Amino acid sequence: MAPAPSRPARPLASARERRAWLISASVTALLVLLIAWVAWRFLAWAVWHAVWSVPAGPDGAPNTDACRAALGEGACWAVIGEKYRFILFGFYPYAEQWRPALVVLLFIGLFAASLFRRFWHPSLFVVWAGALVFSAALMWGGFAGLPFVPADQWGGLPITLFLATVGLALAFPLAILAALARASRGLPLLKGLSILYIELIRGVPLISLLFMASVMLPLFLPPGIEIAKLLRAQIAFILFAGAYLAEVVRAGLAALPKGQYEAASALGLSYWQSMRHVILPQALRHTVPMLVNTFVGFFKDTSLVLVIGIYDVMTTARTAILEPRWQGFGIEVYLFLAVIYFAFCYSMAGASRRLESRSATPLAATEEPA
Amino acid sequence: MRPAQFISRLALTLGLSLGITSLGAPQPPARAAESQAASPTLAAVRSRGVLNCGVSGSVAGFSLPDSKGVMQGLDAEGCRAIAAAVLGDATKVKFVPLTTENRFTALQSGEIDVLVRETTWTLQRESSLGLLFGVVNFYDGTGFLVKKSSGVTSARDLDGATICVEPGTSTELAIADYFRANNMKYTPVEIQDVEELRRAFLSGRCDVYSTDASALAAFRYIQGEHAGDYVLLPELISKEPLAPVVRKGDDKWFDIVRWVSFIQITAEELGISSHNVDSFLTSQSPDIRRMLGVEGDLGKSLGLDNKWAYNVIKQVGNTAEVWDRTMGQLGLQRGLNNLWNHGGLLYAPPLR
Repeated sequence: MAPAPSRPARPLASARERRAWLISASVTALLVLLIAWVAWRFLAWAVWHAVWSVPAGPDGAPNTDACRAALGEGACWAVIGEKYRFILFGFYPYAEQWRPALVVLLFIGLFAASLFRRFWHPSLFVVWAGALVFSAALMWGGFAGLPFVPADQWGGLPITLFLATVGLALAFPLAILAALARASRGLPLLKGLSILYIELIRGVPLISLLFMASVMLPLFLPPGIEIAKLLRAQIAFILFAGAYLAEVVRAGLAALPKGQYEAASALGLSYWQSMRHVILPQALRHTVPMLVNTFVGFFKDTSLVLVIGIYDVMTTARTAILEPRWQGFGIEVYLFLAVIYFAFCYSMAGASRRLESRSATPLAATEEPA
Repeated sequence: MRPAQFISRLALTLGLSLGITSLGAPQPPARAAESQAASPTLAAVRSRGVLNCGVSGSVAGFSLPDSKGVMQGLDAEGCRAIAAAVLGDATKVKFVPLTTENRFTALQSGEIDVLVRETTWTLQRESSLGLLFGVVNFYDGTGFLVKKSSGVTSARDLDGATICVEPGTSTELAIADYFRANNMKYTPVEIQDVEELRRAFLSGRCDVYSTDASALAAFRYIQGEHAGDYVLLPELISKEPLAPVVRKGDDKWFDIVRWVSFIQITAEELGISSHNVDSFLTSQSPDIRRMLGVEGDLGKSLGLDNKWAYNVIKQVGNTAEVWDRTMGQLGLQRGLNNLWNHGGLLYAPPLR
């Protein structure tokens, strides 16, 4: 009986597999080592060698010698402890800073609540509108014993949140109207105006729009009428975001099969009825990732208001490290800032994912948020 | 809720809320004009109740917010002194942060009433920009800071050097003139942001950091134990008298800005400070009685309250007090910025 032939090894395949395994293993090991080394260095800098607080000097001002001695080896988190209130609230009177703090907490709370479907109820908009009015009133004060604080003393995070929230909330309806006008047939004047608006705004940088709002707009206003700088910047932001969002919405409109439009009109729906009940619900659902992309970019663009002298959270952070005592600790402050921006932008991305999974269209199921 | 419903409600509620908030913005109480002011700027400041004062907002010693968000520095105190004289309250100042590029436009367009932003008084600025410069609040000059290890001891050794400089400043022009006059070459590294500029110098991207000597001294001072690694070259290659600026065409306002500075100088000379000014109210000296508004109408002649000088001294202080609170904190010596009888250039005309 012939011995059962041993299964011939496949040396080539085996060698290839072994080599592939070896390469993958060594690359993995290398990457792990690299990450561990970077993490180690970062932790050493950010935690173990970090200076968490500094003593007060003889004149009562903080003495930063300990921080300066650790420069390059350890982080100086004392700069955040000293400056976080200025970074977050800017020139808002120190004793009154609980007001912007409350406003920021209110915004964060409402943003969080808006993520849950169980709160998706018409009253949510009433709550939001009420919250915006309440926030603005609280920031201004001038009632119930609260000292009046003019808008040019507002600064920091509330400015960023106001500009982004109000800007996007008002730009969105504007964008839908502009997109509908641009996609319309039979209204050439409206269509032309919409194209003019979108292309004009998209054709200039945001900075020049802000400059125009802050320098040129007052020249066109009749004398005696003065619009606060913040409001002018807000208008520029709404116009800017509106133009970009309009193109996103138009993409959603164009992606809908013609049959949807025809079906809507076959049902005898008027233009607005068909838009409201058939076209827009589908078109907007498709564009969620792109919308959120624009939202995130826009949130970060608010930092450009520094060019017209408004102290948003980015500008206050940069100003905080100009004080001689704290000069040279920019990395710590920028990290602090990065955490704030990341928290907000990542939440927006999270909101987008949630929206997509809730509105179970095939497109939403396959696409990652941009 | 369907998106369409969502959108329509969103538009409605937000539109409403914006309308309400913009309508509901309370306005600061308008201050009744106390006297017939012949100066349009003075009238505007009075009716607004706030002085719009242009500052840099980003230079330690001149104007920079502290950890509590309060503007500190020589320029900031200059704004407060004017507000104290005009409105009787040194806190009634709106600080408008400006860059070197937009500072003059802001003044010309009326966005600010006065510019106190470490601005050098030059002939061209006064002759062609329609501006008037008040009393110099800081005598400065362009200097050079180098690393000690470079071995450079004089500006004459700087041929071929790379120089870090802020664009759009008179420092830039002074350097160009100096190197051309001495037949030397240099490469400028122009960076707008001061912090970036300094980092470029510290990291060795340029051999020399050049700006006003005051800023260089302060920059060296904050390096703490490393201060000795840097040398301020002995030559000051330009005169940089920094002064508050107003628009031409409103002489009354110019007078006010100028005499507020003179009041602070005179107060130092007479030994009157914010702490002891009340005790001088009973002084028998006719000069002091006129100055503090106990007798005479000096304030009225400027279109101000007769208590104007008292308010300035009581709420802001004399030149020495202001110096100690601002430049003194940065380790600067007074030098030219002392009184005329202490070796400096501060000299005020008589108050009568």
